[in-house]
Amino acid sequence: MKTHVIFGLSVIVLIVAFMIGSSYYKGKQAEKIGFLAEENAELFVRDHSPTLGSDDAKVYLIEFMDPACETCAAFSPLVKNLVVNNQGKIKLVLRYAPFHDGADYFVKILEAARKQEKYWETLNVMYKSQPYWASHHNPQPQKIWQFLPQAGVDVERIRKDMADPAISSMIDQDLADAKTLNVRKTPGFFVNGKPLQTFGSKQLLQLVQSELMANYPN
Amino acid sequence: MISADKKAHANWTILFLCWLVAGVSVLGSLFFSYVMEFAPCVLCWYQRIFLFPLAIILAVGLFPLDRNVVKYALPLAIAGWLTAAYHNLLYAGLIPESIQPCSRGVSCTEEYIELFGFLSIPLLSLLSFTTIIALLLILSRRTSI
Repeated sequence: MKTHVIFGLSVIVLIVAFMIGSSYYKGKQAEKIGFLAEENAELFVRDHSPTLGSDDAKVYLIEFMDPACETCAAFSPLVKNLVVNNQGKIKLVLRYAPFHDGADYFVKILEAARKQEKYWETLNVMYKSQPYWASHHNPQPQKIWQFLPQAGVDVERIRKDMADPAISSMIDQDLADAKTLNVRKTPGFFVNGKPLQTFGSKQLLQLVQSELMANYPN
Repeated sequence: MISADKKAHANWTILFLCWLVAGVSVLGSLFFSYVMEFAPCVLCWYQRIFLFPLAIILAVGLFPLDRNVVKYALPLAIAGWLTAAYHNLLYAGLIPESIQPCSRGVSCTEEYIELFGFLSIPLLSLLSFTTIIALLLILSRRTSI
């Protein structure tokens, strides 16, 4: 009888220790990143980063993304709605974390489209056509080209512009920042320098909401 | 009779400690990958394949205390130990990287943490398998007499 109690208690102690450890670690992590946010805002927003929304916004939503990441595609309507529905209060900043093999290719296309001021249209087309070119078993990056005209871009100019070495160094900078901020998966969200502690759309909405409340009390 | 009882109790405690090591290791590895978000490399997965069942088999052997548990647990622990030993050699650079089985994805020699300056994750795994094997061997010796 006693042995059952010892065993049962040990299981409970182990699980509780795990949970306490998790929340302690996450808290420390958030503290560290909060400190980084104060000391070094550049880590989150670089001058080269594409942004959506008003410059006067007080809530910065930073997303480390990968054009070939399915979850990023799934989250994009939600993220865009956040900016649209909170006009002037939220600014979306995209950072690149092309962790998928060969995903740089798509970042280069995006950046080339930005020169034609068709960035968000191209991103939208990319996310929508993603299942056709980003299969994990059989990625076919070339297939993206047939979809690009939908974004209203000059495809020939993109082919030329995407070779710009400035784009590669931009990607390197973003990857370095991702490493510093401990972003190992995409999408990686930060709201005003606060990391999304557990991943999920509900958690993201909550975090954004709490920052909106803090910065726009009325 | 009293001494037989005591002996059984000590055996139970040894197996319990063995299970505790396995349980802590399972939770520890989950902590590394889900809380600290370290991506596990291929060799790490092989070690987990041998480790996770141990936490269950050893617990089953506790109720009621079954000395046969050594027979089922020991092969798993040895297989895990061998994988961990290989991983440590790779990590220490004693085996060249080129013959490692995980060229894609996460490198098995990527350094995540070094507790107290020397305890790496592969070393933690090796220590835990070593402890489990040692305890199982002690148990089998005590019960075979």
